[in-house]
Amino acid sequence: MNKTKHLIEPKDFTVEELDDIFRLADDIIAAPMKYLEVCKGRLLASLFYEPSTRTRFSFEAAMLRLGGQVIGFDDPSASSTSKGESLADTIMTVSCYADIAVLRHPREGTAKLASKFSPDMPIINAGDGGHQHPTQTLTDLLTIRHYKNKFTDHVIGVCGDLKFGRTIHSLVKAMSRYKNVRFIFISPEELKMPQYILDELDSASYTQTNNLEMVIDQLDILYMSRVQRERFVSEEEYLRLKDYYVLDNTKLQKAKNDMIIMHPLPRVNEISVEVDDDPRAVYFQQAKFGMFVRMALIMKLLNLEVER
Amino acid sequence: MINVSKIKKGIVLDHINEGQGYKLFSQLKLDEIEDVVVLLRNIPSRKMGKKDLIKIETDLLLDFTVLGLIDPDITVNIIENGEMVRKIKLQLPEKVTDIMKCKNPRCITNYEKVRHVEFTLSDPQKREYRCEYCDSPTSL
Ligand SMILES: [Zn+2]
Repeated sequence: MNKTKHLIEPKDFTVEELDDIFRLADDIIAAPMKYLEVCKGRLLASLFYEPSTRTRFSFEAAMLRLGGQVIGFDDPSASSTSKGESLADTIMTVSCYADIAVLRHPREGTAKLASKFSPDMPIINAGDGGHQHPTQTLTDLLTIRHYKNKFTDHVIGVCGDLKFGRTIHSLVKAMSRYKNVRFIFISPEELKMPQYILDELDSASYTQTNNLEMVIDQLDILYMSRVQRERFVSEEEYLRLKDYYVLDNTKLQKAKNDMIIMHPLPRVNEISVEVDDDPRAVYFQQAKFGMFVRMALIMKLLNLEVER
Repeated sequence: MINVSKIKKGIVLDHINEGQGYKLFSQLKLDEIEDVVVLLRNIPSRKMGKKDLIKIETDLLLDFTVLGLIDPDITVNIIENGEMVRKIKLQLPEKVTDIMKCKNPRCITNYEKVRHVEFTLSDPQKREYRCEYCDSPTSL
């Protein structure tokens, strides 16, 4: 019997399994027409207990482009949860209809809990509070792979809110599995990388600074992030730190010609609009890779293949 | 005066930190058993200054997992025929279920009815465990 596989956190996949997904995504990008009917007759349940239009569109677009269909909600007040239905009951009911489910929830650990009630239907975690958001990590990895052709031998600058940045923690963990990857963590003192993340890294593999301009010339990849209002206790603290780093054309003058600039979006002020025209800016392309990698992921979890 | 100095058959928990005896008494739910239980507090001790001690006259064995979790430095003596026959070395359990509750206020286990949440030892020095759902550190 084939055991149902879920994606709850990035480490649910080995490096080899990830490579498999990325190779499949490459092929989908190269020949999308081949995949138009792979998911014909399949149903994806999109369960969004908090709204996230960006992520939901990406999953729904992915399923529709594979020829599958989508049911779901993005407003829990309209679902039976508002009548007090437990997560377990919702999942068991949904699994009667759908072949695969995408779950977004404000509470941490929800996707894992859901997977325990879903022996046959794969669950994809589309964000559980500040905990995990593995498909964002897959998106980032596919983007790096596309522009840099490899995961090894990079200097990665990670800039902004490193303390609360869930996508950043996850990306750093994922990239640290590859050889000769060095990190430069760029943040104000108040938003430094937490010690428990640093503890998991080889101490020779990273340095920390608060000055983006000083290190930008060393970077192969610059990953910018947003300072999020909801993570701060006081409004003053947020206002003080939100515009600490602004990437503009002046700062970029010192950067390598083949450096890429990434950002999980949406951005606020941390990347000046003038940077959008720079060929090194790939953040708007990331959304496209996000859809392709989700297409590959859905196929992988449903054990579907086409001849390549 | 009741003589509490000797028990014939049972368990003696020795070297409990001063003031912790009553807490341990409640955590082990000793108020719920029918056997003779004696809690001694503030006993002078050369090593510890003062210590607490619990004697239980019983045929049953305690859950030593819970005990190791609460304080692995407690000495457990098993008594038979009025003699100490065995000491049990306590250990911090690698995995714990049903004893701890996740302290992360954003964790789903604090909102949904979740049975048997498993906690895995992450830092023995701090006696810290991680919740299987949200990975947050929690201790008893
Ligand atoms: Zn938890």
